[in-house]
Amino acid sequence: MKQYDVVVIGAGPAGLAAACEAYQNGAGKILVVERDKEPGGILNQCIHNGFGLHYFKEELTGPEYAGRFIEMLNNTNAELMLDTMVLAVTEDRKISMINPRDGYFTVQAGAVVLAMGCRERTRGAIGIPGTRPAGVFTAGAAQRYVNIEGYMVGKKVVILGSGDIGLIMARRMTLEGAKVAACVELMPYSNGLNRNIVQCLNDYGIPLYLSHTITEIRGKRRVEGVVVSRVDGGGKPVPGTERFFDCDTVLLSVGLIPENELSRSAGIALDPRTKGPVVYENMETSIPGIFASGNVVHVHDLVDFVTAESQRAGAAAADFCRRKEQPGGEPAVAIESGENVGCTVPQHIRPDRIDQYAEVFFRVGRVFSNSEIEVASGGRVLSVFKREHMAPGEMERIVIPKKFLENASGGAVTVSAKEAKEN
Amino acid sequence: MTHLICIICPKGCHLNVDEQNGYAVTGNGCPRGAEYGKKELTNPTRVLTSTVKIKGGLHRRCPVKTDRAIPKGLMFDAMKLLNGVELSAPVRRGDVVLADLLGTGANLVVTKSM
Repeated sequence: MKQYDVVVIGAGPAGLAAACEAYQNGAGKILVVERDKEPGGILNQCIHNGFGLHYFKEELTGPEYAGRFIEMLNNTNAELMLDTMVLAVTEDRKISMINPRDGYFTVQAGAVVLAMGCRERTRGAIGIPGTRPAGVFTAGAAQRYVNIEGYMVGKKVVILGSGDIGLIMARRMTLEGAKVAACVELMPYSNGLNRNIVQCLNDYGIPLYLSHTITEIRGKRRVEGVVVSRVDGGGKPVPGTERFFDCDTVLLSVGLIPENELSRSAGIALDPRTKGPVVYENMETSIPGIFASGNVVHVHDLVDFVTAESQRAGAAAADFCRRKEQPGGEPAVAIESGENVGCTVPQHIRPDRIDQYAEVFFRVGRVFSNSEIEVASGGRVLSVFKREHMAPGEMERIVIPKKFLENASGGAVTVSAKEAKEN
Repeated sequence: MTHLICIICPKGCHLNVDEQNGYAVTGNGCPRGAEYGKKELTNPTRVLTSTVKIKGGLHRRCPVKTDRAIPKGLMFDAMKLLNGVELSAPVRRGDVVLADLLGTGANLVVTKSM
């Protein structure tokens, strides 16, 4: 069986950054496994700009951002194995995979980084009533057809969901000559970035219907139209508010789910809220030596943060296989989600393993203006972070100093969000 | 006074632009926001990203962009121009496909080596 120090599963932005950083931190033999025929992952089809403002301090397109990391990887001694599908990862870090050249084979890894990313929710996941005609696509599938394969997916489009991919595709389809009749959003707010509402919808006069959803898809062989209804506060369609939109295509931008079949079968503990592995401060999962980063852990808004998180995972993986004896059993502080806070990442922090402070990421449960994020332990407030604006579509980041974690009572701190006190 | 959302970076600052007062911008988190606010009301521009045909590459389309923002009103004219372009692999990231696109001074460049 072939031996590697670090094996990275996935060559999207997370895998590329993790592999480069593992190399920088002294990992000798590195293998990156990718199921597609080229590295870069989803960035290859994200031809729009807006990537890299944090990491490269300039505005790049998806392929440019990926291209820079692919060049960085090419300057390491890491081996990149394309067109190869990983089938299983075991607790003792044996990785089985298959490709057309070598068939089925297994390698032994000193440490593993899981960087499989996420996938889109589909029509089946949200159960839209109606017929089953052709012309219903996830926004990302349509993006691949248009931007990589060179096929137009339709002429008259309705988009369900106002996540960033949906918004980006509204503009893309318009530029390529389609008519986008509407973008329909179940929630009373958009989950996309404000800038995308401006430059993808407003620029082209595409209406955004908040608190609306598609209640029926019509058409026999091909989509012939959709019925859109207003929804009440509980998300239920309001009878009598139905209106018909003539269209031949429906694009769905209704959320992303971390892709964790491999993690699950390896026996890694998953968090039902993020649908990704439960991780420590260095992105280590519940199995020592198996790390995870990027959208496989939790869905990010910005690739720059995927890069930063994956560098942490790559460095920790290199560090893990360098040590002969593994430390273990250090006390860990649980980061618990309080009021209005979705799941935090990481979920556990070992104070002994951090330098000065630990970064914690999470999403809030609703839209806030002038608000506070509070970190508390045992009923005592440790720190407060002010925010002018927060929304579920934007990931929040706070830093918790090491000394607060060392003194956490009951081995836990709670992060919560609320309106700021008047003062 | 016009209210705008800044699109320079993903932060999305809420800007107020005072047309009566030399397009003075407030609510911006950085100097680029002030510039955007003024420009958006005087001469709005956008970077265009799209694809062109390519022969001999792994895929049939090659992604491209304008290397600087072009006037918003020229988007569809530029798209028409792109329809006539066909590249042959290999191309390198940064290669100029069309120079001085529609007289804007912006070049259309390849964004992915293929």
